[in-house]
Amino acid sequence: MKLVRDFKVAGYKWLNESNFIIELQSAEDLPPIHPGNFAEIQVPGNPNVFLRRPFSIYDCDLTYNTLSFYVKIIGEGTATLGKLKQGDTVNLIFPLGNKFDTETEGPVLIIGGGSGIAPFLLLGKELKEKGIPMTFLVGGRTSGDVHLTDVFGQYGDILITTEDGSQGTKGMVTHHPVIQEESFPFKKIFTCGPDPMMKAIAEIAKQKSVECEASLENTMACGFGACLCCVVETTTGNRCVCTDGPVFNIKELAW
Amino acid sequence: MVNLNVNIGALKLKNPVTTASGTYAYGEEFSDFMDISKLGGIFVKGLTLHNREGNAYPRMAETASGMLNSVGLQNKGIDHFIAHIFPAIKNSGTQIIANVNGSTIEDYIAVSEKLNELRGMEAIELNISCPNVKEGGMAFGINPKSAREATEAVRKVYKKTLIVKLSPNVTHIDEMAKIVEDAGADAVSLVNTFLGMAIDAEARKPILSTITGGLSGPCIKPIALRMIWQVYNAIKVPVVGMGGIMNAKDAIEFILAGSSAIQVGTANFVDPAISVRIIEGIEEYCDRYGVKDVNDLTGSLKI
Ligand SMILES: Cc1cc2nc3c(=O)[nH]c(=O)nc-3n(C[C@H](O)[C@H](O)[C@H](O)COP(=O)(O)OP(=O)(O)OC[C@H]3O[C@@H](n4cnc5c(N)ncnc54)[C@H](O)[C@@H]3O)c2cc1C
Ligand SMILES: Cc1cc2nc3c(=O)[nH]c(=O)nc-3n(C[C@H](O)[C@H](O)[C@H](O)COP(=O)(O)O)c2cc1C
Ligand code: FES
Repeated sequence: MKLVRDFKVAGYKWLNESNFIIELQSAEDLPPIHPGNFAEIQVPGNPNVFLRRPFSIYDCDLTYNTLSFYVKIIGEGTATLGKLKQGDTVNLIFPLGNKFDTETEGPVLIIGGGSGIAPFLLLGKELKEKGIPMTFLVGGRTSGDVHLTDVFGQYGDILITTEDGSQGTKGMVTHHPVIQEESFPFKKIFTCGPDPMMKAIAEIAKQKSVECEASLENTMACGFGACLCCVVETTTGNRCVCTDGPVFNIKELAW
Repeated sequence: MVNLNVNIGALKLKNPVTTASGTYAYGEEFSDFMDISKLGGIFVKGLTLHNREGNAYPRMAETASGMLNSVGLQNKGIDHFIAHIFPAIKNSGTQIIANVNGSTIEDYIAVSEKLNELRGMEAIELNISCPNVKEGGMAFGINPKSAREATEAVRKVYKKTLIVKLSPNVTHIDEMAKIVEDAGADAVSLVNTFLGMAIDAEARKPILSTITGGLSGPCIKPIALRMIWQVYNAIKVPVVGMGGIMNAKDAIEFILAGSSAIQVGTANFVDPAISVRIIEGIEEYCDRYGVKDVNDLTGSLKI
């Protein structure tokens, strides 16, 4: 069941000047939230931001009825979301989209680029509960793009790449030795980030014959299957990222 | 008690609030958010004779107080609709109205013939105004001759209520309305989207894969209102008005300008339950001004 509900801003955690975590609290109980689910947030107080903005659910706390979002400022909507005050009302449509499939035997590799790490905390929690070991590979342009390694470090090993070499291995995530080396101990890859990155990873997963799920971030007008704006080409035609995704097994995608 | 019943030709709506084609899918997508049986009607996503994949992604660009889309009539074709979609929604307690599209007159005829046989659907909306297809669509609706031909051809095969959806991308929309009225339309609906464009200055590229797309939302409201007023004054058949309606106040304005019923479009994306609140707001407005019948408001602008 999808809900439209008012939340109150409970607090912020700023990671640097352009990345923050916003925690929103509901007065009522939350429905079950699955790793991969997202919400459509109505950005309050800025008439220039007309449509809602989609964000992956970064964390949820069913005791305090809070949802957290990891937001990277890229435009007016995300900037406005960073300027609210504690107690301000924010309207959400949630939970939206499908979820990651964590039915896997072996260790998994989780690859996030930029704000693409957002859906992976809930995924990490679920994998840990199932006793599935995981390694995070996080990529950014520079060290300022790499965040939350301390949080993710509680769930698995952390590997880092930066394009300018300011942190971790220099280059893109696909250049990291964990991917380049012959031996590849992982049974599944989960990825979220810019399309070119995910496409490159999908290619590698195919070469290595490893299962791979990608969480897509196509631009959306509604987020719940009404407008058909968010489509991705799949082996069975155009499908909506907001309802059939955002998580797709790469075998389904016409990449 | 206010009477909210309105008639569009022989089509009976329990209230003047309907949802616009392409913005409400097939209705079921909204059932988590609202009681869809409260609506006067649902104009479902545009249908074509055969399956259409629509245009390539990206299909959407946000603009100041609105959005551009170039979905391009993605749908699985009329036969799939009749066999699989309509049976699931026909008992939803509201009028379901198909939005009929074609690349050729023959396509329009073929789809309309099938819908003429469809029990439980009392009206169609002939879309001669889609700006997002290479062939047909808006090309029919911006040319007086082809608008007449398409309407006449469908009128011959479709016996129930025929609503023709007009394109705002014309110089004299009142003349187009008159032409389709004379060609046999029982009602007209307007406006479809305005042809527009969005550019990413950093990339020096168009944002939409199709370069141009259809503009909708509150940014088009003043133009839509003007067009409805012009059309209302030019024809005798009912007008179904839309274009940027975001709330009950907007809906009332469209009714005052001459709409017998209204369609809520882009607003459904921002607030998926807005259409029920618009119904409540219209009733409240009538109560407040002692209006006994919503039909009395249509075109009642004091000049
Ligand atoms: C399912 C889903 C989950 C998401 N999860 C997160 C998340 O957890 N954290 C996060 O920070 N962001 C996430 N995003 C992206 C986020 O929705 C956008 O960053 C946000 O909508 C931008 O709004 P804005 O008003 O700040 O920028 P705008 O002013 O709308 O855009 C600024 C620029 O970025 C481009 N742009 C905007 N949105 C996108 C997009 N989705 N893809 C590519 N280019 C885009 C615009 O074309 C423009 O050039 C997610 C997107 C989707 C679809
Ligand atoms: C995403 C989207 C898809 C649309 N698809 C159709 C369609 O299939 N057929 C049609 O006649 N109009 C279509 N329209 C136009 C709407 O029905 C309506 O005429 C227009 O959006 C203006 O109303 P609004 O400003 O309230 O949205 C579409 C509009 C949008 C935004
Ligand atoms: S965003 Fe509207 S259908 Fe996916």
